[in-house]
Amino acid sequence: MKKSLYELLIENALFLTALLSCFIILIISAFIFIEGLPAIQEYGFFKFLLGNLWSPNDGEFGVFSMIAGSLYVTFLALLISTPLSVLCATFMAEVAGEKVRNILKPIIQTLSGIPSVVYGFFGLVVLVPFIMSHFGGSGFSVITAALILSVMILPTIISVSYDSLRAVPGEYREASLGLGATGWQTIRRVVIPSALPGIITAIILGMGRAVGETLAVIMVVGNVSKIPYSIFEPARTLTSNIALEMSYATGIHYHALFTTAVILFILIMLLLVVVKCIQRRFSLDISGGSL
Amino acid sequence: MKSFLSPGTSHKIMNSVLIFSGVLTISVLVIILAFILIEGLPAIDLEFIFGGVKDQGRSGGIFPVIVSSLYVTLISVLIAAPLGVGAAIYVVEYAENRKLVNIIRFGAETLASIPSIVFGLFGFAFFVMFLKMGWSVFSAGLVLAIMAIPTIFQVVEVSLRSVPSTYKEGSYGLGATKWQTICNVILPAAIPGIVTGIILAMTRAISEAAAVMYTVGSSVSMPISMFDPGRPLPLHLYILATEGISLQNAFATAAVLVIIVMVITFLTNYFTQRYQNKMMGNL
Repeated sequence: MKKSLYELLIENALFLTALLSCFIILIISAFIFIEGLPAIQEYGFFKFLLGNLWSPNDGEFGVFSMIAGSLYVTFLALLISTPLSVLCATFMAEVAGEKVRNILKPIIQTLSGIPSVVYGFFGLVVLVPFIMSHFGGSGFSVITAALILSVMILPTIISVSYDSLRAVPGEYREASLGLGATGWQTIRRVVIPSALPGIITAIILGMGRAVGETLAVIMVVGNVSKIPYSIFEPARTLTSNIALEMSYATGIHYHALFTTAVILFILIMLLLVVVKCIQRRFSLDISGGSL
Repeated sequence: MKSFLSPGTSHKIMNSVLIFSGVLTISVLVIILAFILIEGLPAIDLEFIFGGVKDQGRSGGIFPVIVSSLYVTLISVLIAAPLGVGAAIYVVEYAENRKLVNIIRFGAETLASIPSIVFGLFGFAFFVMFLKMGWSVFSAGLVLAIMAIPTIFQVVEVSLRSVPSTYKEGSYGLGATKWQTICNVILPAAIPGIVTGIILAMTRAISEAAAVMYTVGSSVSMPISMFDPGRPLPLHLYILATEGISLQNAFATAAVLVIIVMVITFLTNYFTQRYQNKMMGNL
């Protein structure tokens, strides 16, 4: 009897640890929302969301240019790194031999652990001067940030796509090759479609890291709160806005930074929902189509 | 789909494209790393590793910075590991309600997708100000622990699920209780996964700068107690680089950070490999 009481205690303790993540989410959202509320009440939610002017000294708190900056930098980074990393993962999984693979796998693993600040630092000392001397301007620009972010998320997308490509059963390849398909036809028509859900998950992970990255972006993007019309113009992202001004913000400015975090939160949830919908459509296509 | 190239030709072309992009991508990444190491390594000597920070980092070493990094990482792992592993054990071994499992998983996924600066902001408002812990390695460690829980949970859940059910049945058949089975059979079999999860969380914690920026202070003195402020390596690098304090010391700090991550990854691979070989040999 004593033993079963002990077992019951353990089960309940484990249950509490399992609920902890949800509990933490609730506390974090509640705290951020409550701290952000005064700014919304005073300035107005839509004025905050769609306003173009961010000038805390004059009491102006429009974050639209930063939403544009965040989306611009993220999509450009995905545009650069998705094709490269999917091709690289396909090379590692389908073309390279066992030996090459055993060398590349740990290299990719190590690279995905490199701190983002290191990539940002590289951008600051190498890429910014390069862009400045070849394309004019200050060198701090949307394209500089997008390049650094794309390099930063390459290892993540490569390693997750690689795992899902390797998980495609060998029989699929053999059947396709047996029907007389070439290696490339097999990769394009059989292997990549079967691994697609995993590849999309990889891209989502990369996107999440790119949207959320803060300090590496601050180091190269220029941080001017103005909508960037060309890729060589500087911009400011939602995340960098919080990090740059938190150290000296007081009063409504302080609350406005929390509201920025709320907007960032909503933006990420929206992106996740969109991507989940795309993912569902793709997996339906696959199960209803070729397999 | 119609193609103007014969299948054989397009196979040859695409094969070269794949090889080219694979080599290109990996070279770019390796060149960046090599650049940091080549520029940074010459400035690293014993004095740099074990010396105190002088003149805001213009001269002197980075010992207090290394200690801060290890301190916050250790605190975060000590807190997050039992919580993450416990949650995974509950979900895999105890939970019978599918809806509950989905809620718990959704919670972990959402937590994992929150940007680190939002954690930093929360840590500042909640731990530093509201709970009055002040800027300290403990506040920063707590924030990093919250970030580490979903990582550990997700990796450990997968590895617990991959333990064959025959192991469990064998243990029950010998009259062991559920908790005895978990401690003596399931957890030992899942060790490589648990270690991988914890190491992954550690690498993230040691690389994190945005989340600790407003929770750890940025003092360059040595943190002795948990409630002293500090300045971990990535934050030191960020400050050196953006405030234009010392390019040479920034390179050296970046190189130290890269080397730490490389050593951690290498050791993990080595030990999980060895452990797996040993398990295979015993079976």
